Amino acid sequence: MSDKVGQALPPAKPEPEKVRMATVWLDGCSGCHMSLLDTDERLIELAQRVTVVWGPLVDPKEFPKDVDVTLVEGAISSEEDLHRIKMVRARTKLLISLGDCAVTGNVPAMRNQFGPDAVLRRAYLENTALDPQIPREIVPPLLSAVRPVHEVVPVDVFIPGCPPSADLIFSVLSELVEGKAVNPAAKFG
Amino acid sequence: MSAKAPVRVKTLTIDGREVGAREDQTILEVATENGIFIPTLCDLPGLSTVGACRLCLVEVKGARGLLPACVTRVAEGMEVAVNSERLDRYRRGILELLFAERNHVCSVCVVNGHCDLQSLALRLGMTHVHFPYQYPRLPVDASHERFVVDHNRCILCARCVRVCDEIEGAHTWDIMSRGVDCRVITDLAQPWGKSESCTGCGKCVQVCPTGALSEKGKSVAEMSKRRQFLPYLTLMREGRR
Repeated sequence: MSDKVGQALPPAKPEPEKVRMATVWLDGCSGCHMSLLDTDERLIELAQRVTVVWGPLVDPKEFPKDVDVTLVEGAISSEEDLHRIKMVRARTKLLISLGDCAVTGNVPAMRNQFGPDAVLRRAYLENTALDPQIPREIVPPLLSAVRPVHEVVPVDVFIPGCPPSADLIFSVLSELVEGKAVNPAAKFG
Repeated sequence: MSAKAPVRVKTLTIDGREVGAREDQTILEVATENGIFIPTLCDLPGLSTVGACRLCLVEVKGARGLLPACVTRVAEGMEVAVNSERLDRYRRGILELLFAERNHVCSVCVVNGHCDLQSLALRLGMTHVHFPYQYPRLPVDASHERFVVDHNRCILCARCVRVCDEIEGAHTWDIMSRGVDCRVITDLAQPWGKSESCTGCGKCVQVCPTGALSEKGKSVAEMSKRRQFLPYLTLMREGRR
C-alpha cells in the first residue's frame, strides 16, 4: 500500500481569531451594502480577518450574540427597525452608522414633514387603481417620525455619505481589524 | 482737496503669530490675508458684514466673551486665538444646529458637492448631529421663471439680502419674523415670480452658500455657484465713489 497510509497530517496551525462582523439593513435603499460589495477583490483580503455572522445574505434568522462590529445601513422608520436596532445594540461591541440614512435620517426622514398617514395614503391609495388598501398585517407599522440611529441607541462610529465610498468603508474596516481607533472623515450626501 | 488721511497700521497676534493690519480691517480680513483659516458662512468679500452665522467666533484676550471675527476691528496689541479645542467644539455645535434646524438633505440637493455648508461640515470634522433634528415643514417657491428658493436649505446668512441691496440696488430680498420662524422673503412676502422689484439678475442665487437658492433645470449635484463677478462689481463701485 501507499506510504502515505497512516501518515499524519501536519498539525493545523491555530487560526488567528477572526473579527465577528454583522451588517444590518434598516430603512435605506441597500446602496450602502452595494458600496461595501464594491470593495471587490479586497473583500477576499478582509475575509482572512473577518467572518460575517449576520447580514441580508446570511442564513440564520436571529441576530447572533457576541458580535464584534455591526454596520447599520438605514434610518429607524418602523416598529421592526426599532426592535431590531435595540437587539443589535445589545449584542454588538462596536456599532457603526453606515451612510447618511443611518447618520442623518436622509431621504427616509423627508416624510417627517408630512407624517406616516400621508405617505401611506399617497403610496397605497392615491397611486393605485386596483383595490386600493393600506396594508395593516405582516408589514410593520411605521413610526410617527423617522430618526437617525444615534437618536435611538448609542452609536460608536459614523461613516457619512450617500453612499459612503467603497474605499472609505474598506479603510475603516481594515483599520478596525488592525485594532486601530477609527474616526472617518467624509462629506454628507 | 486735502490728501487722504495716512493709513494707520496696527500690530496684533493671531495664534501667537505677529501680523500687521490697517486700522479699519477686521480680524477675519487680516487672518485671511495671512493665510489663517477662520470658518464663516455669512461673510463674503464685497458685501457688508452682519455677523449672522457666528462660525467665525474667536478668542480675544481680555474680552468678556467670544467675538465674531468678521465684525471685530483690529486693535494695537490685540491677542487673538482662532484655533482652540473650545472654538472647535462651539463651531461644530453651531454647524450641527444649522443642520438640525432645517431639512438639509445633502444627498438630494442641487448643490451636493459644491456647498459651503457641506464642505465646512467636513472641514470642521462634524461626524453627526448631536441635537434632535427638527424636520420643520417648509415651502419651496418655484414661481420665478428662472430661479427657485427652497427654505428647507436656507441658513439665514443674508448674503442674498445684502447682494441684492448693496450690489444690484433692488432690495428684493429681506428677512421676516423671529427665531425659528425667520424666512427670507421677496418683496412683502409675495411669491418670487410676482416680485416687481426683482430684476432677475441672479446674483442672490450665485452668492447663496447652500442649495436654498438655485437655478431652475438643475438636478441633484448639478449646480455650482459662480461668484467671480463679485470682486469686480465691488471694485467698479468703489472706483466710482
